[in-house]
Amino acid sequence: MADLRNNFLGIKSPNPFWLASAPPTDRLVNVTRAFKAGWGGVVWKTLGDGDPIVNVSGPRYGAIHGSDRRLIGLNNIELITDRPLEINLQEIKQVKRDWPDRAVVVSLMVPCEEPNWKAILARVEETGCDGVELNFGCPHGMSERGMGAAVGQVPEYIEMVARWCKAHTRMPVIVKLTPNITDIRFPARAAKKGGADAVSLINTISSIMSVDLDQMSPWPVVDGQGTHGGYCGPAVKPIALNMVAEIGRDTETRGLPISAIGGVTTWKDAADFIALGAGNVQVCTAAMTYGFKIVEEMKSGLSKFMDEKGYQTTEDFRGLALPKVTDWQYLNLNYVVKASIDQDLCISCGRCHQVCEDTSHQAITNMVDGKRKFVVKDEECVGCNLCAITCPVQDCITMVPQTKGTDPRTGFEYGRPYANWTTHPNNPGSKAAE
Amino acid sequence: MGSTRAEGIQAGRLAPADYEANFSDIHAPLSRHEAFVESERCYFCHDAPCQTACPTSIDIPLFIREIASGNDLGAAETILSANILGGMCARVCPTETLCEEACVREHAEGKPVKIGLLQRHATDRLMESGKQPFKRAASTGKKVAVVGGGPAGLSCAHKLAELGHEVTIYEAKDKLGGLNEFGIAAYKSTDNFAQREVDFILSIGGITVKAGHALGHNLDIAKLRQSYDAVFVGTGLAGVNKLGLAGEETLSGVVDAVKYIAELRQAKDLAKLPVGRNVVVIGGGMTAVDVAVQSKKLGAESVTIVYRRGQGEMKASAYEQHLAQTSGVTIRTFAQPAGLVGANGKVTGVIFDETEVKGGKLTASGGQYTLPADMVFTAIGQIFVPDGLNGADALALESGRIVVDAERRTSVKHIWAGGDCIAGGQDLTVAAVEDGKQAALSIHHTLMGA
Ligand SMILES: Cc1cc2nc3c(=O)[nH]c(=O)nc-3n(C[C@H](O)[C@H](O)[C@H](O)COP(=O)(O)OP(=O)(O)OC[C@H]3O[C@@H](n4cnc5c(N)ncnc54)[C@H](O)[C@@H]3O)c2cc1C
Ligand SMILES: Cc1cc2nc3c(=O)[nH]c(=O)nc-3n(C[C@H](O)[C@H](O)[C@H](O)COP(=O)(O)O)c2cc1C
Ligand code: SF4
Ligand code: SF4
Ligand code: SF4
Repeated sequence: MADLRNNFLGIKSPNPFWLASAPPTDRLVNVTRAFKAGWGGVVWKTLGDGDPIVNVSGPRYGAIHGSDRRLIGLNNIELITDRPLEINLQEIKQVKRDWPDRAVVVSLMVPCEEPNWKAILARVEETGCDGVELNFGCPHGMSERGMGAAVGQVPEYIEMVARWCKAHTRMPVIVKLTPNITDIRFPARAAKKGGADAVSLINTISSIMSVDLDQMSPWPVVDGQGTHGGYCGPAVKPIALNMVAEIGRDTETRGLPISAIGGVTTWKDAADFIALGAGNVQVCTAAMTYGFKIVEEMKSGLSKFMDEKGYQTTEDFRGLALPKVTDWQYLNLNYVVKASIDQDLCISCGRCHQVCEDTSHQAITNMVDGKRKFVVKDEECVGCNLCAITCPVQDCITMVPQTKGTDPRTGFEYGRPYANWTTHPNNPGSKAAE
Repeated sequence: MGSTRAEGIQAGRLAPADYEANFSDIHAPLSRHEAFVESERCYFCHDAPCQTACPTSIDIPLFIREIASGNDLGAAETILSANILGGMCARVCPTETLCEEACVREHAEGKPVKIGLLQRHATDRLMESGKQPFKRAASTGKKVAVVGGGPAGLSCAHKLAELGHEVTIYEAKDKLGGLNEFGIAAYKSTDNFAQREVDFILSIGGITVKAGHALGHNLDIAKLRQSYDAVFVGTGLAGVNKLGLAGEETLSGVVDAVKYIAELRQAKDLAKLPVGRNVVVIGGGMTAVDVAVQSKKLGAESVTIVYRRGQGEMKASAYEQHLAQTSGVTIRTFAQPAGLVGANGKVTGVIFDETEVKGGKLTASGGQYTLPADMVFTAIGQIFVPDGLNGADALALESGRIVVDAERRTSVKHIWAGGDCIAGGQDLTVAAVEDGKQAALSIHHTLMGA
């Protein structure tokens, strides 16, 4: 049986599924319900100092829906907690007392002054929580006040604040990174230089979800106006995955513990992040769309996968996919696949033909001997797999690696040995021996 | 007040609320939510099989995608540009043998996209909006006479008007609509939809309606040819086949199903429409099923359809037969009427010869039975009545119907025809609409030389 117990920076939790700092972790009742439902840990909704911030009382969220109104992307213009610090601290203390086996990390965001950080760290430490996460990510509202993403976009600030925090607390310090930058490796390196124990990523992406065409205003419309918000949910996962991999591959940050965030909705998403090196995952949107119960599917799915593969703990497969992430120039140019259509599964919708014909390589028939029939023409197929991802029937189109014979498209033998762009004759900088 | 058990042919067998329930929409329209969910099931197929199967070639993937993107009126326009009676067709088409049978999701899961209901959703929204999305082209100065204001004639007239021609519809009855108004089962076309659709079609302008003008009575085809640049004939099937049995004309209670349905459709109060206690329907097509089901819904105690061959050969689709059976109608097969039994001038029963297929031919197998009946409906087919189409302008006929080419041109110059009155047709509303449209395009090309 798979053992899902997680140890991140010495913070122990019964499973690697934490709730990210956001509305699900905003208060005692929510967190208690989450722990009852089985979540491994929480990162408490970001605390600030001074008077509590004020949220809008109009709509805060925008969404993109897929088929059947499945939410695939969410955006929000909410700020950090709008409840008094005192109450939050009391509740954190109580939660940790009631649930000693769960991880309770506290997210923080205060003005960029050492005394502010020192003061709040001292108070947070008193709650007995397990660690802190520095919120350098929030892309809206707080950034206008010189906090959140405004700090996260300047590596020097990240390093400076991380250093202050390490100096003023014995708790593990996690730096939460914003994706609203050009190269995620710079803020990650800064966090490491500042002494942070780990990074977590991604926070939300600056975005305008849509325009209300009646009011001619961005959505969500707050009394006739709108503002950009932070984008998250299933749609952002690929961006997060890449950023996690980049940090894992970078020589300066390799090995830096990562708590992965961004679009985790099922066990598979979590497994993807862990395979790319994440120590655990955090979840927000999926909980906000389906409630806390989803963690049951995440736990059972991950266990099942690990049992099937023979992994005892998540450490057994953590980072296994990382060495396979390479640069384009090292991909094998002699590897050939061709699309193949299972005629028994095909329902003759014609979509594969349409997309290949209009936008790819005219490699799929729509008629054979006067009959509606969809067959791949190997002499045209470049193996791009557009058809396979378009086909509405699962596994109906497969991409079959070619090993024997000649490629009727190029005239080359299949199964030629590995060769990449660095040695290709068409590459002006080719290192190939002549 | 009668009851289902009251003897003989009686009105008011049911409570008023029962009539209302029995004759309400057979398929409730989709709610907006249901329409969204259903529209997202469509795969937007290439060269979509559903579209190929639609006699009017409505761009089904496109209109469904328009519904999914919140553009119901655009969807309606897509539908109506191919089929101006798209609203009625959404209600009466046997989709199970047309578009929905061809849908790839029928192939994949046995559950086609509900194309008919989606089509109704979009066209209902347009009807509610009160808009006529089509504009007339500049006047061509050409005049066309359309004889018969059923689906074929209406479709032809609308397309011609849109193309800029001046159209006059000559209709024998006092109302347009043809069988949409007088024939289609009441629970398929509720809330006076047929007339609302006629009004919608006429709202394009350029169409003059002359009701009470019947070819062969007060209308002459030769004169029409002289006064108009082109003539379209869409007079449907004005006659019906007879059983050819003694007593058919004399015994009361032996009724032509088409005529009875027309009365039903025009009835202001269904509680005043008499129906028998024991009803026997002879025939196997849509008319037989419709009269049987509606008799049952009017409160007849027992209704039996008797068809001379097997259920597989019935012209009514499997879906229609199923509808009859779940409505409480009994279907008996392999028997043909041999005689009518009567007493005191009223029918009391029908004698049937049992039949079998021998060497590919239907023959009496020797057995005989009598079904008691106080009302007998004959629904053994309608026939074309070529009144007023003889003489010098005699149109060539085949199996008693007008011969046309692919463009719906008849054998006589400047006369086109379409709908049920032409040979080789499908006898469906949607097919009549297509005929009207194709004829209009052909007339346009002929008159404009384009
Ligand atoms: C009981 C019944 C139920 C049906 N149910 C369905 C169904 O559910 N779905 C489906 O698709 N199809 C159904 N059909 C078939 C469908 O109604 C017809 O195919 C369709 O109406 C044919 O259209 P049309 O314009 O050719 O003829 P019609 O609808 O018959 O219209 C002909 C018009 O011409 C007029 N006319 C006739 N003679 C003359 C004349 N001499 N001069 C001037 N005008 C004249 C008539 O009054 C009428 O208005 C049904 C038919 C019947 C009888
Ligand atoms: C309404 C809302 C409020 C959020 N508030 C915070 C916050 O206060 N602090 C923070 O660090 N991240 C905040 N986030 C970001 C989430 O913690 C998380 O990083 C992001 O949503 C990506 O994860 P997901 O795709 O699972 O939602 C918020 C997200 C949402 C949707
Ligand atoms: S893999 Fe690409 S090129 Fe080949 S058939 Fe599919 S879409 Fe066309
Ligand atoms: S997309 Fe898939 S189901 Fe559709 S025609 Fe192509 S192979 Fe068949
Ligand atoms: S066949 Fe079915 S799935 Fe395909 S376009 Fe038509 S309705 Fe949509």
